[in-house]
Amino acid sequence: METENQQKRNIIFHIRRFDPELDEVPRWQKFTVSVEPGMTVLDGLHHIKETQDASLSWRYSCRMGVCGSCAMLINGIPTLACNTQIMDVTSQKLTLAALPNFDIIRDLVPDLTPMFRDHVSIQPYIQRDDNKEMENPTREFFQTHDELEEYLQFTYCIKCGCCAAACPTMAADRKYMGPMPLAQAYRYNKDSRDGGQKDRNDVITASHGVFSCHYAGECSNVCPKGVDPARAIQHMKKDLVLGYLRLRKDKKPCQVVGIPTGESKPAIAAPEHTVK
Amino acid sequence: MKDKRSYDNHLGIVGWLGGGRWGIERYLYTLHRVTGVGILLFFIIHIFESSLRILGRETWDAVMEVMTNPIFKAGEILVFAAFAFHALNGIRLIFIELGLAVGKAEDPIYPYRSSINTQRSLMIVTMILSALLMIAGGYDLIFLGH
Ligand code: SF4
Ligand code: SF4
Ligand code: FES
Repeated sequence: METENQQKRNIIFHIRRFDPELDEVPRWQKFTVSVEPGMTVLDGLHHIKETQDASLSWRYSCRMGVCGSCAMLINGIPTLACNTQIMDVTSQKLTLAALPNFDIIRDLVPDLTPMFRDHVSIQPYIQRDDNKEMENPTREFFQTHDELEEYLQFTYCIKCGCCAAACPTMAADRKYMGPMPLAQAYRYNKDSRDGGQKDRNDVITASHGVFSCHYAGECSNVCPKGVDPARAIQHMKKDLVLGYLRLRKDKKPCQVVGIPTGESKPAIAAPEHTVK
Repeated sequence: MKDKRSYDNHLGIVGWLGGGRWGIERYLYTLHRVTGVGILLFFIIHIFESSLRILGRETWDAVMEVMTNPIFKAGEILVFAAFAFHALNGIRLIFIELGLAVGKAEDPIYPYRSSINTQRSLMIVTMILSALLMIAGGYDLIFLGH
C-alpha cells in the first residue's frame, strides 16, 4: 500500500473549456488529479467529472483505441485520450484542448462533420457492376495476398481526425479534404475488388483535393494507428499522374474465384471429448 | 445545419508553424512556401527594376547607383539562399509526390515507422546539397563579387 501511494502523483490538468451558452472564446481551467501509474488521460477526465466538475464534456466510447471518438490535443499533440497514459507524457502538468482545425462544439468536443462529409464524398465502399453477386455472394472474390498488402495498412484508420488536426494545409485551407478522406480514397482505389476509381478521382483531383497536400508529413507523425496517410496520398498522386500520361491502365475489378471442381473432401471427424 | 455558437478553432497560417509534433518536414513545408513567395517577390522587383531602362540612360544609372547599397547585396544573397533551398527541396518533393522514396504500404506494428522515416535520408542529402550550394553561391557573391 505504501509503495502504491508513493507512486501516486498530483498532476495539474489544464483544460481548455468552451461552453457555447456562456463563453465567447475558450477559457482555461485547472484541475488537480491524483494520478497513479497506468491511468489514461481518459481515466483522468472521468475522475474530474465524477469528483470535481460534472459539466466537463468530451467524447469517447470504446476506451481502447478502436472507435476514434476520444481524439484531443494532449500536451500539444493530437492523439487518443484512451490510448495515452498520463505518466508517459508528463510528471507535472497536462494540457488538454479540443482538436484544432475543427469547430468546437463544447469543451473537448470538436465538430468533425466536415471531415465526415469529405469522407462520404469519396465513396468509401467497394463499387462493382455485379450487384447480384455483391448482395448475395456465391463465391469469394479473387484477391492475392500482394494485392491485399497494397491497401491493408490504410484500412486500420479509425477516423479519429488526429491527422487533420496536425496538418498545416488543413490549418490554412478550410476546404482542403484532409489526410483521412484522401487516404481512404486510396484505400478503395487500390482494392482489387473495386471499380469505382473514376468517380472517386473526379472528387479528389478537384481543387482542395489531393494536390493540395505538400508532404509536411505531420498526419503520419501523429496517426495513433500507424496508418500513414501521407504515404497513401503520395502513392495516389503517382497513380493519377501516370494515369494522365496514359502510362497506367485503369484496373478492372477482380473476378470471383472459379466454381470449385472435383469432389469435396471427406469431413474431418470431431475429436473425442477430453472431459467426460 | 451548423451550430452558430460553436467556436472556430482553425489554426490558420499559425498552423504552418506548429500545432502538432513539430517534425522537421513541417518546417521544410513552411520554408518552401516562404521561399517560394520570396522568390516571386524578387522576380517582380527584378522585372520592374530592369524595365526602368526604358526611361533612358540617366534613370538607369541612378537605379544602378541605388543598387550598390549593401542592403541589396544582402538581399541578393538571401534570394540566392532561398533559391538554393527551394530548388533542391522542390526536387525532393517531386520524388516524394511521385510516390518514390515513401516506401510501400506495410503492416502498422508498434512503434510505427512511417513514410517520414523512409524519405528521411533523401531529405538529409537534399539539405546538405542545398547548404553546399548556398555556401558556394555566398562565396561567389561576397568574395568574388559577381
Ligand atoms: S489516418 Fe490515423 S489519424 Fe487520421 S483519422 Fe485515420 S486513424 Fe485517425
Ligand atoms: S502530408 Fe499532406 S495531408 Fe499529411 S499533414 Fe502533410 S499536407 Fe497534410
Ligand atoms: S474511446 Fe474509442 S478510441 Fe478512445
